[in-house]
Amino acid sequence: MNKEKVGVYVCHCGTNIAGVVDVEDVSTWAGEHDNVEIARDYKFMCSSLGQDLIEDDIKEKGLTRVVVAACSPHMHEKTFRAACERAGLNPFLFEMANIREHNSWATNDKVAATQKAKALVNAAVERVVHQVPLEKLPVEINPNTLIVGGGIAGITAALELADAGNHVYLVEREPSIGGHMAQLDKTFPTLDCSACILTPKMVDAGQHPNITLLSYSEIEEVDGYVGNFTVTVRKKARCVIEEDCTGCGICEEKCPVKVVDDVFEAGLGYRKVIYRPFPQAVPKYPVIDKENCTYFLRGKCKACQIFCPTEAIDFEQEDEILKFQVGNIIITTGFDLFDARRIPQYGYGRLANVFTSLEFERMVNAAGPTGGNIYLRDGVTEPQSVAIIHCVGSRDKNYNEYCSKVCCMYSLKFAHLVHERLPEADVYNFYIDMRTPGKGYEEFYHRLLEEGTHFIRGRAAEVTDAARLPGEEGKLIVQAEDTLIGKQRRVPVDMVLLSAGMEARGDSKEISQLFRMGCDFNGFFTERHPKLDPVATMTEGIYIAGACQGPKDIPDSVAQAAAAAARVAGLITQGTVMMEPVRASINEEACSGCRICNTMCPYNAIVFHEDRNVSEVITALCQGCGTCVAACPSGIITGAHFTNDQVFSEIEGILWDVRSKPELVPVD
Amino acid sequence: MKYGYYPGCSLERNAIAYHQSAMAVAGPMGIEFNELEDWNCCGATEYISIDLLPAYALISRNLALAAQQDLEGNGNQLVAPCSACFLNLKKTDHYMAESPELSEKVNAALAAGDLHYEPGSVSVRHLLDIVVDDVGFNAIAEKVTNPLYNLRIAPYYGCMIVRPGNIKSFDDQEYPTSLDELMSTLGAEVVDFPLKAHCCGGHMTQISESVALELIRRLLKNASDYDADMIVTVCPMCQLNLDAYQDAVNKKFGTNYNIPILYFTQMIGLAFGISPDDLGFGKEMVDAGPALTKIGAEPSLKPKKKRPSKEALPMPSMGEDG
Repeated sequence: MNKEKVGVYVCHCGTNIAGVVDVEDVSTWAGEHDNVEIARDYKFMCSSLGQDLIEDDIKEKGLTRVVVAACSPHMHEKTFRAACERAGLNPFLFEMANIREHNSWATNDKVAATQKAKALVNAAVERVVHQVPLEKLPVEINPNTLIVGGGIAGITAALELADAGNHVYLVEREPSIGGHMAQLDKTFPTLDCSACILTPKMVDAGQHPNITLLSYSEIEEVDGYVGNFTVTVRKKARCVIEEDCTGCGICEEKCPVKVVDDVFEAGLGYRKVIYRPFPQAVPKYPVIDKENCTYFLRGKCKACQIFCPTEAIDFEQEDEILKFQVGNIIITTGFDLFDARRIPQYGYGRLANVFTSLEFERMVNAAGPTGGNIYLRDGVTEPQSVAIIHCVGSRDKNYNEYCSKVCCMYSLKFAHLVHERLPEADVYNFYIDMRTPGKGYEEFYHRLLEEGTHFIRGRAAEVTDAARLPGEEGKLIVQAEDTLIGKQRRVPVDMVLLSAGMEARGDSKEISQLFRMGCDFNGFFTERHPKLDPVATMTEGIYIAGACQGPKDIPDSVAQAAAAAARVAGLITQGTVMMEPVRASINEEACSGCRICNTMCPYNAIVFHEDRNVSEVITALCQGCGTCVAACPSGIITGAHFTNDQVFSEIEGILWDVRSKPELVPVD
Repeated sequence: MKYGYYPGCSLERNAIAYHQSAMAVAGPMGIEFNELEDWNCCGATEYISIDLLPAYALISRNLALAAQQDLEGNGNQLVAPCSACFLNLKKTDHYMAESPELSEKVNAALAAGDLHYEPGSVSVRHLLDIVVDDVGFNAIAEKVTNPLYNLRIAPYYGCMIVRPGNIKSFDDQEYPTSLDELMSTLGAEVVDFPLKAHCCGGHMTQISESVALELIRRLLKNASDYDADMIVTVCPMCQLNLDAYQDAVNKKFGTNYNIPILYFTQMIGLAFGISPDDLGFGKEMVDAGPALTKIGAEPSLKPKKKRPSKEALPMPSMGEDG
C-alpha cells in the first residue's frame, strides 16, 4: 500500500479536553506516526478557523486522510466530513476519535487520560488508512407521515403537517382521540376550560381531508427506514359499522350493562358496555367492550342492535389489518399516571376518601361523575377540609427519582378549585419544594397564597384513619414533618388528594423496540440530543414529542409536537435524503448460496437468485446493521466502512501500548 | 427445610411461649431448626447506640459461629424469631459487607476467639419470612384443621422487621401485609390495622415511661377501635410492652383495655390443632382464654356488604391480589 498522508487534529475543546488530556503531548506523539503527515492541536476544531486548518492542509499538503480527536461523532462528525468535502477529499476518508465523552469527561486522572487519548488517536489513524471513498445514497422521502398517539401532542403535530398539505395517518389506541387533556377540567395557570380549547382541535383532526384518523387501532409492525417505512396497523373491531353509524347514541342509552370506567373516568365513574368515552369523542362512533358485553359473554341481549335505527351494529365484525407507506413517524404516546397503590401508607384503595389527581380532575369536571361537585366517596357529602399531597411517586428514590414537573402547578389548581366551589373548606398543600417555573406560574402560586391555602413544607409520611388526638375521630389524618418549623404535624381532614406523578407508559419498552429507538431507564424515549435535538431520535425518520419523552405540561407538549412536525415537513420538502453508504454487499463469485443471511436480515434486504444460486443485498433496503456480515459462514459479505481490515487495524491501533509493552498484559 | 436457629435471650425467658410454639409448629410445616451452639446476646437496641464497634463484634460472633457450624446443611440460613436479633444480625452483615474497613476491625476482634466472618456468607432471615415465603400460604392452608373462624386479629409487625429501608426487605417497608395474609390463611378475620408497623416504645419503658405508655396506648386504642379480639405479633419486645404494660396504660389513661397479645406461631399452632399447653398459652398476662372462646366452628357470616348507595362513587380496584 502506498503511504497515506494523514492529518491529525487534536481539539482542546476549551478546557473540556485540554483540562485533563495533555493535548500537545498527544499531537506531538501522533506526529511521529509513519503515515501522519501533520499533527496539530487547536483550541476549538469545530470553529470555522479550526475547519479552515483542515481544508488548508488538505489543499496545501495533499492530505489523503483526516483524523480529528475531539468530541463524540454524534456532535461534529458531520462538520468535519463537510470540511473534507469542501477541500475535495471524500468525506469517508475522515475518522473521528472521541477523546471527550469517552475520555476527558469520564476521569480526572491526567496521566491515564492522556495515555487513552493516544490509544484512541492511534486507533483512528490505523483505521483511516484502510478507509475507502464512498458515495452517499439518495433516498426518496414518502410525503406521508405516521403519528402514533392522539393526545394533544399527536393532534398538534397532525394538524401542523396536514395544514401544510401533507398526508397524515393518526393512530390512536383508545376509541377517541383527546388523550389525558380531554379528561381535565381546567388548565393551569389561566384556568381555561380544557375541553373548550381541545375539542375544536379534535374536530379539526377528525375532519381534516389530509388526516386519516385510525382510532381504536394499534401499530403491529414497522419495517423500512427513513423515507420508506411500511406500517402495519390493527384496527380493532368496534362492532359498529362506521359508514352506517350516525353517532346518535341510542345504543349507549339502551345498553343495560354499566361498568366502572377505569380509563376515561379514572375509575371514578361508570360507562355503558357500548360506549363513547365522552360526548365530544372524535370519531363519534361508539365501541363495544367485548369483555363485558352480555351478548359476547352469554350469547344474548343485542339491545343495541335492536334499537339502532341504522342497523350499524355488527357483532361479527373482525379486526382489520391495514398496511401503508410513510416517510416519517412521530411518536406521541404520552404518559401513565403513577399508580398510587404502590405507596400503601397513603391508603389509596383502602381509605375511601383518598383520591388520585386524575380522579379529582374527573370529579371537578362538569361532565364528570359528580357533575363538577366535590364530594366524598359517598357521592353526597361535601368535604370541609382537603389535603393535597405533592410528589406522590416523584422525587422519591423508592419510586421515581425525577420531578414530574406538572404536579405542583396542578396541585395549586386543585386548591383553587376547592376554594372556588367550597369557599368554607380548608385546603392544605403538603409540598417538598414549590416548583412553579413557567409563564404566569409563579403568579398563580401567589394567587393561591392570597386565597388562603395552607402550605405545609414537608413530605407527608402517612395518611391514616387511626385517630389518637381530639378532633381526629372520623377523619383522615395526614402526618408530616413541617420542615419550616421543625415539628411533626398531624392534620385531620375529610379528603386527601394524591398528586401522582407522570410515568412512562407501561409498554414503552415494547414501543421503543417496535420503532427501534432508545428508551431511558425510566421508560421515557431518548432524544437525539438532550439540548440541541429534543425531537429527533437516534433512528432516522423517527421523532418524539410530548410526555413520552419526559414529564411535561400542555404548552411544552404542544411546542415539541410542532417542532417535530416542522422537522418532518422539512424532510418532505427536501424530497430526498442522503443516506450513509454503510451497506453490506455480497461477493457473488464466492457465495455458496447457503441462504443463512437471507433469514438473518432484519430488514428483508437480501434476495436469493435461484438461477445463479447466489444471494444479493438490495442496497436501498439494507440498513448496514452488519448481521449478515457476521453470519456469513464463508466470510464473503462485506460491510462498507466496517470492513475486516478497518476494524482489525482499529483494534490493533487501540492496543498499541499493550503490544509494545508485553509486561502490561494482565496475568490471570 | 433446614435452618440454623438463633433464639436470642428473650426466647429463653419472657418469650418462652414464642420459642415453644415455634418449635411446636416447625415439624408440621416441614421445618428443621438446628440451634446455633454457644450463641451470645445480640446486644439488643442498647449496645449499638452506645458503642458501635464492640456491638458489631458481639453480633458478628454469632454470624461467624453460624458460618462455621453450618454442618447440618442449613444453606447458611440463620433464622431469628426476635425482631431485634434479626435486625441486629442483618444490619451487621450489611454494614460489614458495605465497609471493608469495619469488616477488618470486627474480624480483628473476632480473631481473639479464633473466629472470622466473611460478610454475606450467612443469610439472616426472620421467622415470619421463612413461614410465609419458604413454607408458603398454600402448604399452611393444607395443615389447618381448626380454623380460627370468628377471631378478629390485629396483625402487628412492629417497627423492626421490615426496616431499615436501605436493606432489602421481604415485605413492604411501610405497610407490610404478609402477616395479614398468614392470619387469613388460618381462617381468622384480619383487621386492617393502621398502626401495624408503628413502634411499641421498645426499651423506652425503662427510660421514659410516659413516652412508652403513650406509644402503647395508641396501639391498644387503635386495635380496640377496630374491635380486634387480640393483637398478634412477631416480636418479643412488642409482646412484652403491650402485654405487661396494658395495666399501666389503663391506670394512666383511665382506659379499660383487655386485649391479649399473642405470637403468630401460637395462632398457627392453634389452627393446626396443637394443644394450647404445647404452644405456651397461659404465659401471657392479659388472659387469652376469653378471646379464644370466640373461635367458632363455622366462619361467621360476613356482614352483607352494604350496597353502595346510588350516589356513591366506585372505590379504586385493588387488582387481583387486593
